[in-house]
Amino acid sequence: MRTAEALRMALEALRVNRLRSTLTMLGVIIGVLAVVILVAIGTGAKNAVEKEIAGLGSNIILVVPGQVGLGAAPTQSRLDLTDVAFVRRVVGDPSKVTVAVNSGEPVRVGRNEVFATLTGTDENMPNIFDRPLRRGRYMSATDVDTRRRVTVLGSEVAAKLFGDVDPIGRQVTIAGVRFRVIGIYETVGSTFGVARDQEVHVPVTTAQRLIGLPRINGIAVGASGPDEIESLQSRVVAALDARYPDEKFSAVTQTQLLGTIGTVLSMLTGVLAAIAGISLLVGGVGVSNIMLVSVRERTKEIGLRKALGARQRDVLWQFLIEAVLLTTIGGLIGILLGVGGALLIQALSPVPAAITWWSIALAFGVSVGVGVFFGVAPARRAGRLDPVVALRSE
Amino acid sequence: MTTQSPGTPPAAFEAIGLTRSYDLEGVSVDALRGVDLRIEQGEFVAILGPSGSGKSTLMHLLGCLDRPTSGVLRVGGVDVSTLDDTRLAELRNQTIGFVFQSFHLLARTPALDNVALPLVYRGVGRSERRARAEAALKAVGLGHRMGHRPSQMSGGEQQRVAIARALVGDPQVVLADEPTGNLDTRNGEEVMNLLERLNADSGVAVVLVTHEPDVAARARRQVHVRDGLIELDSRSRTAPAGTTEGEVG
Repeated sequence: MRTAEALRMALEALRVNRLRSTLTMLGVIIGVLAVVILVAIGTGAKNAVEKEIAGLGSNIILVVPGQVGLGAAPTQSRLDLTDVAFVRRVVGDPSKVTVAVNSGEPVRVGRNEVFATLTGTDENMPNIFDRPLRRGRYMSATDVDTRRRVTVLGSEVAAKLFGDVDPIGRQVTIAGVRFRVIGIYETVGSTFGVARDQEVHVPVTTAQRLIGLPRINGIAVGASGPDEIESLQSRVVAALDARYPDEKFSAVTQTQLLGTIGTVLSMLTGVLAAIAGISLLVGGVGVSNIMLVSVRERTKEIGLRKALGARQRDVLWQFLIEAVLLTTIGGLIGILLGVGGALLIQALSPVPAAITWWSIALAFGVSVGVGVFFGVAPARRAGRLDPVVALRSE
Repeated sequence: MTTQSPGTPPAAFEAIGLTRSYDLEGVSVDALRGVDLRIEQGEFVAILGPSGSGKSTLMHLLGCLDRPTSGVLRVGGVDVSTLDDTRLAELRNQTIGFVFQSFHLLARTPALDNVALPLVYRGVGRSERRARAEAALKAVGLGHRMGHRPSQMSGGEQQRVAIARALVGDPQVVLADEPTGNLDTRNGEEVMNLLERLNADSGVAVVLVTHEPDVAARARRQVHVRDGLIELDSRSRTAPAGTTEGEVG
């Protein structure tokens, strides 16, 4: 018997039992749907985080006091501006080193008040971070050296405080002190939950005076290329460790962040896919069950086919193709619904969803495989039926 | 016992000391206890016997649906004990056409496809299958009902579809198991006429299993089976006469 013939027979059998075929497929449909959607969400989350990290700028090394890692308590910083100067000497190129001191402060214009992240930094910040301006200018070396009360606003802060009015040259009150607005950043979104559009940047010297502490929170170093990152990182950490023998310093790079977070999120996606895969397996058991029922129900038909000259493998093939067809059609429907669902989720909810070809291929492959795996036992049973017994069954 | 002399065609069936016993919960039941039977090509034979006589078992053995416990069975000269299941299926497909008491048609499949089914397993292409199935249906007088499903047909028509299916593969023998058992007198008569005509026209051997003496009387030879043995093998009419219209020539 030809395969095309077996395919036609199987389709016919599925068509005849339309309701039952649909219900059986439903198990596979739901399983595949779950795999495609969950993998899309997992991948979407990973892409979003990677985009955030990449959005910071390129080849950045962040130097912070203490040990960075899961479970490590945040360390009180003892770094100050002399350490920044020290790191500048270690790095060699002063313009490739910048600084950050952070504090949450209220920012007010007239009656409008927002709570923003005050970040003290210096003129080198734009050399290292990707932070384009929408209007105005960055802070200058003079602004930092002379502790000017000037500020560059994040786009959201500017919009909330000034609305449609151009804020350049106007006054804002930060923690009770008046500042002049010299620039506004482009909207950049958030990184690790830090809403960067809600920041206000001021000269680091001014920020230290405002906060009342001479400390800084971290130093950022820009490497000139990806090849330089690792050597620069270890050089800076070693120098700081030598300067403060009883303290620990960490330097993290984007690549490391990407690697760590990527691994975690990939694992998460894998776990989600595995859970969804279990439902696909359950769907497969359903197929097996229905095929066994079908073989029993159609015993007479099998006997007749054998009497007419069907060989064991013809009958086996017919029932196996039926099972595989059930799961394959179910898989295709599940993929269609899964892709549609993922697109819908992306369009209607904040959850990012990215459809990946590998998840579709995997879901399809697994549904075909499930059909073969769970179809073999019923099909073998059908193939082995004794024609005399089968013909007699009523 | 019987050896085949060169030149003569092999017998359609040749059974020598055929036995078949079943194991029913540890008890061995002998359904056939040593049957010797030779049916030539083109014969029209009725196998008669009360229920439980072993005639159905004999029919299954002749139809290669079952294997004998002992003894030799040759179908068209081929010793079936030498064949594996696959070859046996091919032998059934090529040499035997079945007609069953309850028709055994695929209820939701059109008559034409039902008839073409044996050819599917022979690997015949679709267009040729259709052509041959059409011809077979026309031969049984159902050329106008090819697209109908068995569920839309009368019992007599269904049995004629089954006969067309038995004939479509050009078999050497048609094995008919109580072919009139589920039909009324008129339709039964029609089916018997058809079998007779086919036997006379195309020379296909017909082996009829029945317990109705008047049906058996239509055959030219009656083999009576009782208690697993052949009790009587009679050739009622040697010359074509009586109810048959007769072969001319």
